[in-house]
Amino acid sequence: MSSRERVAALAFAVSTIASVALAVVYWRGGQTQLEGVCLFLVTGGIGFGIVSWAKHATPHDEVTEERHSVASSEESFEEVAAEVEASATLDRRRLLVGLAGSAFAAMGAALLFPIRSLGPRPGKDLKHTPYAGGGMRVVTEDGETVHANDVPVDGVLTVWPEGHTHAADAPTLLIRTRGDQHFRPRAGREDWTVGGIVAYSKLCTHVGCPVGLYQAESGLLLCPCHQSTFDVLDGARPVFGPAARSLPQLPLAVNNEGELIARGDFSSPVGPGFWDRGR
Amino acid sequence: MRAPVTKRLARWLDRRLGAADFVRSALNKVFPDHWSFMIGELALYCFVVLVATGVYLTFFFHPSATEVVYNGSYAPLRGVRMTEAYESALNLSFDVRAGLVMRQIHHWAALLFLAAIVIHLGRVFFTGAFRRPREINWMIGVTLLILAIFNGFAGYSLLDDQLSGTGLRIAYSIALSIPLVGTWLASLLFGGEFPGPDILTRLYIIHVLIIPALIVALLTVHLAIVVRHKHTQFEGPGRAEDNVVGERLWPTYAAKAIGLFFLTASVLCLLGGVAQINPIWIYGPFDPAEVSSASQPDWYMGWLDGALRIMPGWEIRAFGYEIPNPFFPAVLLAGVTFGLLYVWPFLEARVTGDRAEHHLCDRPRQRPVRTALGVATLSFYVICFFGGASDVLSSTFGLSVNAVLWTFRFALFLVPPVAAAITYRLCRELSARDGLPIESRVRFREIPARLLGRAPSR
Repeated sequence: MSSRERVAALAFAVSTIASVALAVVYWRGGQTQLEGVCLFLVTGGIGFGIVSWAKHATPHDEVTEERHSVASSEESFEEVAAEVEASATLDRRRLLVGLAGSAFAAMGAALLFPIRSLGPRPGKDLKHTPYAGGGMRVVTEDGETVHANDVPVDGVLTVWPEGHTHAADAPTLLIRTRGDQHFRPRAGREDWTVGGIVAYSKLCTHVGCPVGLYQAESGLLLCPCHQSTFDVLDGARPVFGPAARSLPQLPLAVNNEGELIARGDFSSPVGPGFWDRGR
Repeated sequence: MRAPVTKRLARWLDRRLGAADFVRSALNKVFPDHWSFMIGELALYCFVVLVATGVYLTFFFHPSATEVVYNGSYAPLRGVRMTEAYESALNLSFDVRAGLVMRQIHHWAALLFLAAIVIHLGRVFFTGAFRRPREINWMIGVTLLILAIFNGFAGYSLLDDQLSGTGLRIAYSIALSIPLVGTWLASLLFGGEFPGPDILTRLYIIHVLIIPALIVALLTVHLAIVVRHKHTQFEGPGRAEDNVVGERLWPTYAAKAIGLFFLTASVLCLLGGVAQINPIWIYGPFDPAEVSSASQPDWYMGWLDGALRIMPGWEIRAFGYEIPNPFFPAVLLAGVTFGLLYVWPFLEARVTGDRAEHHLCDRPRQRPVRTALGVATLSFYVICFFGGASDVLSSTFGLSVNAVLWTFRFALFLVPPVAAAITYRLCRELSARDGLPIESRVRFREIPARLLGRAPSR
């Protein structure tokens, strides 16, 4: 055996031993890292063995093969074209060809219809959330109702409409701003807050990630996905990043028990934009 | 004495199939040798590993959105409500012996599959191996890249952990952003408003059957066309447009190829064993109201995520209709990217007027304009890619997110032209130093002539 062949032989031997080791590891309950290392040796041994064998123990002289143009000769192309045309009488049967064509087109169009079954008409669903009923209590993740003093100053609480916790279009952020922060309500929304608590949709108007990071000091809400930043003190207007619209605001009020309720739906459709959002 | 069993089997087959002549010509097929020609092969071998490990995973994974309470062996998540999909992925990772190593090999293989495809595409681009007669195969290759990206995304979106759910949420919003048809498209794909009842089962069949079947079909055609064309080769002694110089398929090339397959598999196994990837148990189950910072997609989606971040907050609104912001970076940019890739061979042939057959590869320096454009384009996507890590960069280097993002916004438009200019100069100087054929420079001079509407000299 040449030294190269000995290297190959050793590699195959290592692979074989690793296979046995892999079986033992598995048998004894498995262990991810050991399995990976064994598999590495099993396949690596075979690969290394074959390559070093191929490099040094098989003939590898360079040979030259002719290469011809890919295209058929003009002559045979014309011959075949003539044969195809001779056996087809298509150009003499205009009407028939037209009808066959329209039959295929109609079949294609008809076969598109089952695609319609894949999902409901988008309709108005995108424009409403469960809050649309009006007068719903807001609840935490665990279904607890929220009193105004449950939200600490500078604090943030994620809530949903009662009975719809985890509805994907309804997560809402309750934020209590500080008295010394200059909160500027939008026109017509002067009475949408309760004791300094303002409620916005938690879904970013960019691509719908939850806007989770509140920088209380500056009153800015940041979306961790693409860094859109909203000014909580100014109607959640986007001040940085790709989002182009303010976060929709929820009109808050309190009921007789002092629990926070939503008087109606958000000020505009929540989440990312779509073609006829404004219609 | 009787012939050995292999020979008897071969004769038995030949009497039924008559394959001896075909096999001889196949075994004698000549392959030129160059390290850069192996990259496409690597992609193929990654795909084989993907199929093998993927089949194993299907035995344990349930693509179901049904809610369950976790009660497996990973203590921190016990008692947590989650979908059956996420639960089965956890069980596969913790309670199925060899499950985690298979899952991690599968994920690593997907990452390297895409990397090999992209580098292979770069190799073919920069050596001009897409020129006639290989335009069809170039377009098949671009299609394979798109399919691979989609399937990678579909794959890691199946597990319904916090990260993948966020990715799906973004995908839904991108579909939604398409003018006119977006809302329908999103509803039909997800089976309703996000998260939709059907997306996991649909993604599953797309991931394990539809796209893999398409990939297998196109890969077969891709390779058959390579055999039909015979591989390109670099210039060298005895090498010309009308020949192919290299080693025969049997035995040397075949042995090397088989060896390379096993070596590829071994690297993937090692990574899958010791390099943790996509630890879904840390992310937790998907909750549409939660997201963690530093949510990054797999690398091949990074440029898209970066483009989404870099895009300023603009959108178009008129008469109550709108084209939402994500449409521009995610749909338009992706469409232009792949559209340009598809038409590049024809675009280049049109500009240079070179429509001849080519079987000799260019060296990148021989084509300064093409190489410069390629480098500029690459730098654009690399900047997008790093833009996708803007939050990580800002926290790592203690910079404000805004400063980092503004840097990317400027770099996106400043770096590509600079990269192009440097590359162009470098190519010209390198080819002058090498005394390479003047042909390339002649071709370059042809461009202004064509643009001026004068007939080019051929």
